[in-house]
Amino acid sequence: MKLVAVTSCPTGIAHTYMAAEALEQAGKAAGHEVHVETQGAAGSTPLDPSIIAAADGVIYAADLEVKDKERFAGKPFVDVGVKKAVHDAPGVIAAATAAVEAGVPAPAAGAAAPAAPATKVDSNAGVGTRVRQWLMTGVSYMIPFVAAGGILIALGFMVAQFSDGSQGVIDVTQVPISHLLNDFSVLSGMDWAALLFHTGALAFGFLVPALSGFIAYAIADRPGIVPGFVGGAVSVAVGAGFLGGLVTGFMGGFLALWISRWKVPKGVRGIMPVVVIPLLSSFVVGLVMFVIIGQPIASLMEGLSSWLNSLSGSNLVILGALLGAMMGFDLGGPINKVAYTFAVTGLATEGLAGDAVQYRIMAAVMAAGMVTPLAMALATTVRKSLFTHAERENGKAAWLLGASFISEGAIPFAAADLWRVIVSSVAGSALTGALVMAGGSAQRAPHGGIWVLPLISHPWWFVLAVAAGMVVTALVVIALKTTRRDPVLQAEHVADEQAELVAQTA
Amino acid sequence: MSTPLITPDLVAVDVVAADRDAATRQLIDLLAAAGRVTDADGFHADVRAREAQMATGMPGGIGLPHARSAHVTAPSLAVGKVPAGVDFGAPDGPATLIFLIAAPDSGDAAHLQILAALARRLVHESFRQSLKDATDPATVAEIITREVVPS
Repeated sequence: MKLVAVTSCPTGIAHTYMAAEALEQAGKAAGHEVHVETQGAAGSTPLDPSIIAAADGVIYAADLEVKDKERFAGKPFVDVGVKKAVHDAPGVIAAATAAVEAGVPAPAAGAAAPAAPATKVDSNAGVGTRVRQWLMTGVSYMIPFVAAGGILIALGFMVAQFSDGSQGVIDVTQVPISHLLNDFSVLSGMDWAALLFHTGALAFGFLVPALSGFIAYAIADRPGIVPGFVGGAVSVAVGAGFLGGLVTGFMGGFLALWISRWKVPKGVRGIMPVVVIPLLSSFVVGLVMFVIIGQPIASLMEGLSSWLNSLSGSNLVILGALLGAMMGFDLGGPINKVAYTFAVTGLATEGLAGDAVQYRIMAAVMAAGMVTPLAMALATTVRKSLFTHAERENGKAAWLLGASFISEGAIPFAAADLWRVIVSSVAGSALTGALVMAGGSAQRAPHGGIWVLPLISHPWWFVLAVAAGMVVTALVVIALKTTRRDPVLQAEHVADEQAELVAQTA
Repeated sequence: MSTPLITPDLVAVDVVAADRDAATRQLIDLLAAAGRVTDADGFHADVRAREAQMATGMPGGIGLPHARSAHVTAPSLAVGKVPAGVDFGAPDGPATLIFLIAAPDSGDAAHLQILAALARRLVHESFRQSLKDATDPATVAEIITREVVPS
């Protein structure tokens, strides 16, 4: 593996060089090629752009702001601080190689526009590749939140099911946090379930902010973090979901990049990255999201809700298909929320029969919401080569998330390849929604997926309907992805082949 | 290089000190006596400020106080061996070998290369061990002069 590193320290005479030497030695010992740029007091010689272009990953062992960091944009990296590199260089090298294996791949030759300005690239292709790299950076940082949060929530449902049965799964989300603070009992299964659920739910709260924040970070480097995260949080607050988070990621990133290029007096320059850029860019992102984007979303949701309510009494199979399509469209975004809220609101009606329309709607909505993460898990299993390493890892978690009716498990796939995933998601989810309605399954739990299966009437039909939608979505997404040429994916394949060659010849 | 990085009179082989501040001060006094530091108190304050940012103790019993300072006339190294050990904030225990690096504030890059080379050598266990094994100031200075060559 080829690594580049930047070292720096406050004084610039000791740790900068000790870290450099330690990293070079540890790299050599582990069989990696490590080139270090020492940004110290003795002046720094910039790394040759061709070395940077060839590098698989970057190590920042820097206590000062890394100079010209944009040279390394798009590469997987670890940021460890100089002391860690001096004290435990082998550990840092191991972390860097792990990051390379897990993270965003180095761009294909020629795509690294900043590092290789001499190469004449098709500007259209260049922009496309970079947009995809920005997206993938956001997605790869979001995936751990999806996996950790989603699995915690699913475990919460699972423990609740074992502890108090299906009713426990319904109840677990209602346990107030104050109960955990005041009356947590290690002997109570439900308390553990609630602990898992709440922790997972809070981790999920970072999902859209992390996506947005790290897209902005990929675009604008550190100054992009704040407007990106804030924009993602506002997107959640106004109900815009991950689609809004994509918008705020790009908006925050480019705002921060633009402001960071302003020509300002020397006295102001010092406070630009810490105060001025985050302040201005966050404000603008907040303004745009709340005032310009938030209002139309709110009225859209309102309009959709009243339209859905006006449909009651019409053909149930068509309603099921429609609700399914809405569930699959934005995976936790505004349209998904309208369909879900429509179903959950129906549950509140008192004294319904076991097969009332309200319960059948809930079953259709739940089934449809399980389809896309399961389908992505299936697709990553049967057609590995169409997905990045990060997506394949996420695919494994998506089995559990989909089975637990956590639609957000599919967001990383959708964020990375928007229209292909949404088209396939809508197709399969709509089918599942219609099938569940046609088969007459009914469900009175608002969440839980397979963990509330005992509460579902005609459970086998329900499972069959989910499986049918899953297969359709997986087939469509595989078909659509097969027809495209993805530069990031190709770069990964090339890297994989090289790694295999090295492994064979070694 | 007009001034060598280290000379035997910048090496103390039996430092006894209560804490890192006192140990550092003894080495500073060596630099001041050799005329490499014009204001011992001023330079000491600079070293303290650096040490306060992040302890300079390294694994393997090394303390590495250092600073760039206006009170330093030439890139210099003072070495102190502390048989009883003195804490430098390293996770694995007290330091028995102390390197005080003094860099001039306005030193040009070429001038500072020697210190970069020294820092790189310090990472190597064999280099540190040979200094720990050396018993007299002349040997210590000789090892450092021989091994630390700017690249």
